[in-house]
Amino acid sequence: MKARTIQLLQFTGMFWAIPFVRLFSGEEILVQLRQIWTSIGLPVMAIAGFLLTWHLVAQRVNTSLGRLPGPMEVTQQAQVLWQEHLTERAKANDFYARQDARIAKIKAANPNAKPRRVAFTGKPTYLDQILTSLKTVFVGFIFASILALPIGIICGANKNIMTALNPIIQVLKPVSPLAWLPIVTMVVSAVYTTNNGLVPKSFIISAVTVAMCSLWATLINTAVGVASVNKDYLNVAQVLQLSARQRTFKVILPATLPMIFTGLRITLGVGWMVLIAAEMMAQNPGLGKFIWDEFQNGSSTSIARIMVAVLTIGMIGYALDRLMAALQQKVSFA
Amino acid sequence: MSANTALASPILLSCQKLSKSYPLPKGQSYEVLHELQLDIMKGEFMSIIGHSGCGKSTLLSMIAGLNPISGGQILLGGKAIKGPGPDRGVIFQSPSLLPWMSALDNVLLGVNQVFPHETKDTRRDIASYYLQKVGLGDALDKRAKDLSQGMQQRVGIARAFAIKPQILLLDEPFGMLDSLTRAELQEVLLEVWNREKITAIMITHDVDEAIFLSDRVVMMTSGPRAQIGDVLNIHLERPRERKAVMEHPDYYEYRSHLIDFLEHV
Repeated sequence: MKARTIQLLQFTGMFWAIPFVRLFSGEEILVQLRQIWTSIGLPVMAIAGFLLTWHLVAQRVNTSLGRLPGPMEVTQQAQVLWQEHLTERAKANDFYARQDARIAKIKAANPNAKPRRVAFTGKPTYLDQILTSLKTVFVGFIFASILALPIGIICGANKNIMTALNPIIQVLKPVSPLAWLPIVTMVVSAVYTTNNGLVPKSFIISAVTVAMCSLWATLINTAVGVASVNKDYLNVAQVLQLSARQRTFKVILPATLPMIFTGLRITLGVGWMVLIAAEMMAQNPGLGKFIWDEFQNGSSTSIARIMVAVLTIGMIGYALDRLMAALQQKVSFA
Repeated sequence: MSANTALASPILLSCQKLSKSYPLPKGQSYEVLHELQLDIMKGEFMSIIGHSGCGKSTLLSMIAGLNPISGGQILLGGKAIKGPGPDRGVIFQSPSLLPWMSALDNVLLGVNQVFPHETKDTRRDIASYYLQKVGLGDALDKRAKDLSQGMQQRVGIARAFAIKPQILLLDEPFGMLDSLTRAELQEVLLEVWNREKITAIMITHDVDEAIFLSDRVVMMTSGPRAQIGDVLNIHLERPRERKAVMEHPDYYEYRSHLIDFLEHV
């Protein structure tokens, strides 16, 4: 039980929690307490210091929207956003309850009637926006992987193709999402012309922009990984005369997986960073648009709400990175 | 089988005027092997011994087909070798297992390739049979990366035997192991070999290993332009046992012959 819990914590990278498990199972208490102090006490002190500095500095900065919000105001706005979410959900539930009641009444009067159902059209709450952002970055990440993995494998397997494509890759790699966005917008608008498609245009524009900016890490890592597969493994494949397919799927890809996951991890990180800018400009209803709208709104609480978003973005980014790190550890064989 | 009957058997592998040279940056070339002549009889266990860098590993990798030939040819069963193939089972110096696969899957990788028409169960049986023979019956499903070096090399031995090659090529197979594990694995190898009697060529620079395992020890001169310097037939009864071999009256004569050669090339 204890061993399993520790294993799980190690797998998810939550090393700081391990001493607690040991402590509660009665292992050398002093050693564990010291462990807890170094692994949790120090970061907690640093966070406290950071909050205090923030609080003191913020008081001295006067913006056109009033004093710069400190940690208190931001916490308060986080609660407000949560309340707004609850209220909005309650409204939606009320709406559907009333609609159900009305439909039931119509059906009772006339069993053949086919009353129309309408969806609730309230504004998206903060949680909806987080969800939209996650969906967008996920789709962008998939686009990036679909493009980068095969090209990376081909580049890694064939030196000439790598040499040919390298300049293009190196030039496109450092381009900012803000530069891509207008082009992506025009192209998507030209290609994706239906107005009632499965997903809104802004969603696709944001996702494609995320993909354009983030695919390079996966592409390059995959190519380098494939090109540097241990010669011993390739010798084995040669001696056994594995077919090209078997060589790729049984030897080269498994050997490259750790590198591929390093690339995917960077891609997801970059994608999440780029997403906010893309959403701001493409007006995709996610966190980026939330920040933009609050900025345009310019009320006395706007900056605090933006800071809530900043912290949310940071925490989600951290969580995504941990997730990828765990997967990376899972596939590494070294 | 004694060395004499082995010599009476037909030639299985023959290196004819085999040369290997690497181009140097200034246009000349460095000739590692020069017109080397070597015949290996069917059923024979041959060791090639020589100093580091004399080209013995190059020779083996050419026979394996992993290294292109610069001149001459290598005939296996009368046919010239063109590239690598599973008719030659290679045991590399580093175990060269695929670390993400289990011991069984590593062996199966070769078995599936060589016996594609057998049923899945039969192939599994072949692979696990050889893993049992090298003492890994309990570790079939362990991932290769979780095995010790010695155990990994055991898997390497099982993998090479399981594909039923015409000839086994061993490239300093125990070079990376500590001396205890090394002795242990020599015995494992000998035991499986006694059962299978697959023709084998082993590269080594361990004199005792060469005597213990081989019917014939070929001594190579130091490079460049390395050639066969001397050949020593080992007339020790098989199956061999280390203690009996070491106490055999001829043992020290064999040993000093080999050491003499190595000290004076």
